[in-house]
Amino acid sequence: MSAPIPGNPVLRVEGLAASIGHQPVIERIDLEVPAGRVTAILGRNGAGKTSTIKAILGLIPRSGVVELAGERIDGLLTHRIVRRGVGYVPEDREVFASLTVAENLRLAERDGAPGRELVVELFPDIVQRAGQRAGTLSGGQQQMVSLARALLNDNRILLVDEPTKGLAPKLVTEVAAALERAAQVVPILLVEQNLQVARRLAAQVVVIESGRTVHAGPADEFFADEERVERLLGVHSEGDPTSEANR
Amino acid sequence: MSTIRTTLGRLVARPLVKWLLGGALVAFVAVLPLIDLVVPGVLPGSTYTPGTLQLLALSLIFAALALSYHVLFGITGLLSFGHALYFAVGAYGLGVILERTGLSLLPAIGLTLVGALVVATLLGAVSLRVSGISFAMVTLAFAQAGSVLIRRNPDVTGGEEGLGLATEQVPDFLVGVVDTRNLFWVALAVLVLVFLAVRWFERSRAGHVAAAVRENELRVRVLGLPPFPAKLVAFVIGSVLAAISGMLYLLLQSGVTPRAVSADFTLTILVIVVLGGVGSRWGAVIGAVVYTLLDQRLTALAGSDAIAGLPPVLRVPLSEPLFILGTLFILVVLFLPGGIVGLAGRVARRRTAEDARDRLEETT
Amino acid sequence: MSTVILLLITGLGLGALYFLVASGLSLIYGLMGVLNFAHGSFLTLAAFLGWETARALGADSWVSLFAALGVGAVTGALFAAGTEFLLIRRLYERHIEQVLVTVGLALATVALFDGIWGTDPQFIRGPQWLAETTEILGARIPNNRFLLIAVAVLVLVGIVLFLRFTRFGLVIRAGVENRSMVTALGIDVRRAFTVVFAIGGAAAGIGGVLASHYFGYVSPQLGGSLLIFAFIVTVIGGLGSLPGAALASVVVAVLQQFANFYLAGTGDLMVVLLLAVVLLLRPSGLFGRRT
Repeated sequence: MSAPIPGNPVLRVEGLAASIGHQPVIERIDLEVPAGRVTAILGRNGAGKTSTIKAILGLIPRSGVVELAGERIDGLLTHRIVRRGVGYVPEDREVFASLTVAENLRLAERDGAPGRELVVELFPDIVQRAGQRAGTLSGGQQQMVSLARALLNDNRILLVDEPTKGLAPKLVTEVAAALERAAQVVPILLVEQNLQVARRLAAQVVVIESGRTVHAGPADEFFADEERVERLLGVHSEGDPTSEANR
Repeated sequence: MSTIRTTLGRLVARPLVKWLLGGALVAFVAVLPLIDLVVPGVLPGSTYTPGTLQLLALSLIFAALALSYHVLFGITGLLSFGHALYFAVGAYGLGVILERTGLSLLPAIGLTLVGALVVATLLGAVSLRVSGISFAMVTLAFAQAGSVLIRRNPDVTGGEEGLGLATEQVPDFLVGVVDTRNLFWVALAVLVLVFLAVRWFERSRAGHVAAAVRENELRVRVLGLPPFPAKLVAFVIGSVLAAISGMLYLLLQSGVTPRAVSADFTLTILVIVVLGGVGSRWGAVIGAVVYTLLDQRLTALAGSDAIAGLPPVLRVPLSEPLFILGTLFILVVLFLPGGIVGLAGRVARRRTAEDARDRLEETT
Repeated sequence: MSTVILLLITGLGLGALYFLVASGLSLIYGLMGVLNFAHGSFLTLAAFLGWETARALGADSWVSLFAALGVGAVTGALFAAGTEFLLIRRLYERHIEQVLVTVGLALATVALFDGIWGTDPQFIRGPQWLAETTEILGARIPNNRFLLIAVAVLVLVGIVLFLRFTRFGLVIRAGVENRSMVTALGIDVRRAFTVVFAIGGAAAGIGGVLASHYFGYVSPQLGGSLLIFAFIVTVIGGLGSLPGAALASVVVAVLQQFANFYLAGTGDLMVVLLLAVVLLLRPSGLFGRRT
């Protein structure tokens, strides 16, 4: 089903299943993230995109194979997985509202925070607001804190979950630009509802439907087949990005 | 051999056979006072002696009380730390009414039930405004208030001394030591009725909603079913059944002390239910019988010469029944999820699996 | 007037005890979602060992009082950390079972204390000054109240500084807000669990030694009787909130004192009533996050 990808993937997921309570949320996810690329997970609402990210991180009970650079990580606790070089930018940002920006960043730092310069370069605005409580920031600024937390460290891969959700169009462009810059240093597995952003960033796409992988392959090929995009995602590939973002 | 076992297993699963087995068990327990059965190490004496019957009747009452807690915790998932309050409402309510009003037993029981219903509905409606741990705390606080009321009003409740049963109001056949077996039969009958009432609730519509609330309250809301009425119904039914157990306790023990409303007593009920197996009616019953007998045996052991002769390191812990029961409880929670009934279930399943293998080997 | 002052300061002293117990309960609940029924046992054991220490050193001196406080803090911390490490951790994220285990531990340890020290209260002594009174605006205030208040304030300040200026404090504050996100930043939040248990245990241990001076005795029931009020304080203040616990401790204890004096000994009932009212108006408590 999946298209052949040259080289060893950074992340390989095979037969991943997970449930919350007794309710299965994903049933069989297969995907590979090649080095040096952005791979986008696409799918309708409730298809299991966020659950896939959480299951990879061990934030929900899961079964199946997850390999990071050829090593199994599916039996590890979340903090061990992250320490092996998995950066996480969650859906809804999840910054610590009562902590300052500086404290949010300090909490995320590992091994001397080698990515500090990149963070300063990408997000001068939030670096200036170091003493401000994260809860008082705007949604866009919170998203940047959340991204910065992941970019501070040397990671093998970033898992980024709906970074443009609920943002104004201007901020969507900014966040997309930051991700594009970040993708130059680290491969990214991106969940993105905004197809314009996904088109701009992704080299590969994985489409999920009802908790299963139903398509995987190069992004340009996928987006070229409008009929398939319409069938799998229920939207035109030229769909209006703002309506998607403000869903 | 194995085929006999499987046939037996399948037979037990049939409803009619279940009823027959249950009836046989009740009948067996009912004839205990009439026969001379000695179980050394488990019972203090022969089954027809008043002392042993008293202990057995107590275990039946605790079984009914545990079943009433099962309605809250096992079915609905409400972790209450104040269940003893309703037991005490039954015991103290009946005791005070008998002493003060001169009513005879049956009307007094009726009046106590109405009182328990009112108290449970009011306090339940307030406590159920919160859920989870806050609910546990609020129920604990209400029970604590009840405990304070009982201890601080000695002219009504007897205070720390406790309240005696006004025996002149009670029919003669329930009073004397030789009549313990009558109380035993009453206790058995009440336990059977409580068991059937709980079974009926579990299978009713409200019971199904209550069970759904335990699994996932949010989903119940999403489906458009209001969880509050189901929770309140469960709370009130559990509380009234606890009050019934309390009334029976007053009759059996000829009195009641403030320990019946203490936080420790609620914790004892919780221990019983978890020991037997959370979520199972039979678990509640078995847990209560095992706990009551174990408690009595350990207390007897604590006072025995064998313990007195031990070095302090062993003597001190072994002479405290609650230390041993508490430790046992921790071990059950850590290593035996599902309690005694869960363990029995696992053993049975392993047997069935073995049988299946045997049969497979026979056919190949 | 002098009665009001006496009731107020005695209330503050009792509130100090509630706070020493409730602060740990609240932090533990806030970070881990565990309601710790064994907290009273941490307090009781610390009170007994503190008293044994003071008695061995000569109960009347200040040195032995501070030694007792030190022993109490260490006892509480070790007992609590051990509980977390050996019992709670095995039941990671299974909150009901975690509560049940602490219930079992509370039952078992209180019975064990009964066996070791007997069920009757043991009356204790301290430095002479503690038994004397000081006159403030005409009210004769027992001196031990001042000790209680001072120590509770020191503990509050200590915990606040710890939370604000240490790495563990940062992890704990973040964890109270969003535990799973802390693990998703690569932090082993379980180490913070042991730390909050130890801090809560130390505060309860100090509270145990002070409670024995406030009441004048130690008994196996000491912890359990304070625990119920500490629970109420924690819920009123808002589960997980340290300032909430501090404020609610004072409110509850002062209300209790005044109601006991002016409303015919109804202090305990008024506290329960306050709890009911707070929950009806603000189910998440005074400082609790709305969920």
